[in-house]
Amino acid sequence: MIKKAEEIFFRILMIISTVAIAAALLLIIFSILYNGLPALSWEMISQIPKGGFYFGKEGGILNAIIGSLYLSVCSTLIALLIGLPVAMYMNVFMIKHRNTLNSVRFILDILWGIPSIVYGAFGFVIMIYFGLKTSLLAGIITVSLFIIPIMVRSMDEVLKTVPSGLLESSLSLGSTKTEISFKIFLRQCIPGIVTAVLLSFGRAIGDAASVLFTTGYTDSIPESLSDPAATLPLAIFFQLSSPVEEVRQRAFASAAVLTFVILLISIAARILSARYNRNKIKF
Amino acid sequence: MTTIITPKIKISELNLSIDKQEILKNINVEIPENKITVLLGPSGCGKTTLLKTLNRLTDLYDNVKISGSVILDNEDILHTKSDITKIRQKMGLLSQRPYPLPMSIYGNISYGLKIKGVKKKKILDERVEHYLKEVNLWEEVRERLHHPASALSIGQQQRLCLARGLAVGPEIILADEPTSALDPLSSQAIEEMFLILKKNYTLVLVTHILRQAKRIADYVVFMYLGEVVEQGPAEEFFSSPKMERTKAYLKGAFN
Ligand SMILES: Nc1ncnc2c1ncn2[C@@H]1O[C@H](COP(=O)(O)OP(=O)(O)OP(=O)(O)O)[C@@H](O)[C@H]1O
Ligand SMILES: [Mg+2]
Repeated sequence: MIKKAEEIFFRILMIISTVAIAAALLLIIFSILYNGLPALSWEMISQIPKGGFYFGKEGGILNAIIGSLYLSVCSTLIALLIGLPVAMYMNVFMIKHRNTLNSVRFILDILWGIPSIVYGAFGFVIMIYFGLKTSLLAGIITVSLFIIPIMVRSMDEVLKTVPSGLLESSLSLGSTKTEISFKIFLRQCIPGIVTAVLLSFGRAIGDAASVLFTTGYTDSIPESLSDPAATLPLAIFFQLSSPVEEVRQRAFASAAVLTFVILLISIAARILSARYNRNKIKF
Repeated sequence: MTTIITPKIKISELNLSIDKQEILKNINVEIPENKITVLLGPSGCGKTTLLKTLNRLTDLYDNVKISGSVILDNEDILHTKSDITKIRQKMGLLSQRPYPLPMSIYGNISYGLKIKGVKKKKILDERVEHYLKEVNLWEEVRERLHHPASALSIGQQQRLCLARGLAVGPEIILADEPTSALDPLSSQAIEEMFLILKKNYTLVLVTHILRQAKRIADYVVFMYLGEVVEQGPAEEFFSSPKMERTKAYLKGAFN
């Protein structure tokens, strides 16, 4: 009898939380679309702002779309190039040194937990030290620093699930550890690694605090790494704080664009990773 | 009746401890060439550890201390300076359950050849077919060589892993309870294969199944709590064991 009541209780709890999460998500998307769609136009995504980002009702946010893409694609690539070898090193080469490995994980978790504004401030200090101005380059470096721990730890969590038997079998075949990393572990973990990259990309493109001091903001499209650049989150922030009603509405259109970009990249990556998924061994 | 046999591997005074806990104590075993040597003993007595010492998978353990020697082809593999990956290629490993590589069936077999530098597609094709035939898998998979290995049944995967190991060209096959995850028919297939393979390879087999040991062993090593209690040719070992512990084990007194 009590067993049954318990089961019903937890089932109801599960249903309520699932509905709550789904509802919250739908509500967010709905409010973005409801407020943003009227302002969304071809002009909005194909032109740079006219009359300033703060008061301008004309033009679009092409500067922020391009800036955000430059910034997040470059920093995700850098973080991938550094993060993947590090995660592999941890799970193929360092497997024996369990205590060291645990400390490394602990430090990475701390780095993951540090708010992005702190990375922004750190990037700012470095910039001043090297005499750099607010620029795309400074932003890319800062955002890379801030997503590397995310990238490494989420790949690490996936690589950790590879059974030690696969490592032992591969070693017995006479593979070197580098071959094991990039020919075996990588194939086995491709879907998880793609998820890790996506997670990092999402953080990179969605973050406002770390780019505020480092990348700056501008109405034009950056032409080189030393130019400042606009980003979508900051565009939303500035537009929302405008005293002009139409500009505030444009903020929701910008949010819709940001959401759409993330959606598009997620879908593309899923399709890519599904092609490799079929070789994965289920242990 | 004792015949003089050439040892393929000579293990002398091997001690191994992990975190100061002694796991193998003073092991002295000579593994005869082109024979099936069976390691017997109750759970936790160190059979797997001994097997892994032979191809230095113990390198993966934290805080491990090893002393003694394991001589293979006049080389002490525990203290050698030569490339350990080359030494490992002399020994194929078959583990308790199959761990196919995350690739196609073809990819699994050709992997070992490719890392050894074979590139020509024609040679690869021919070798893949050869080794799949050697483990009696060819007929079952010839139509789907490029399908993922994960789609095979566990018994097929185990035979695939054997073929994959053979493709690297080893002299020795180490097998750790290779039939424990298999149904009786697949187990029998593996056993029969071992009997054929011993013509060209030296086999070391860990098993829990006494009847299996009786069926295929040429030489038996009985271990208990990290020590070798008794060893000898299979016939002698099973018909007239000398030590009390061995007699008790053979009677099934402990497991
Ligand atoms: N990585 C390890 N760290 C610490 N102790 C270990 C490790 N691996 C094995 N041991 C210990 O070494 C002893 C021997 O283990 P081993 O796996 O060699 O036994 P086994 O004879 O293969 O047993 P089974 O028949 O159950 O497979 C056990 O007491 C085990 O707890
Ligand atoms: Mg074992």
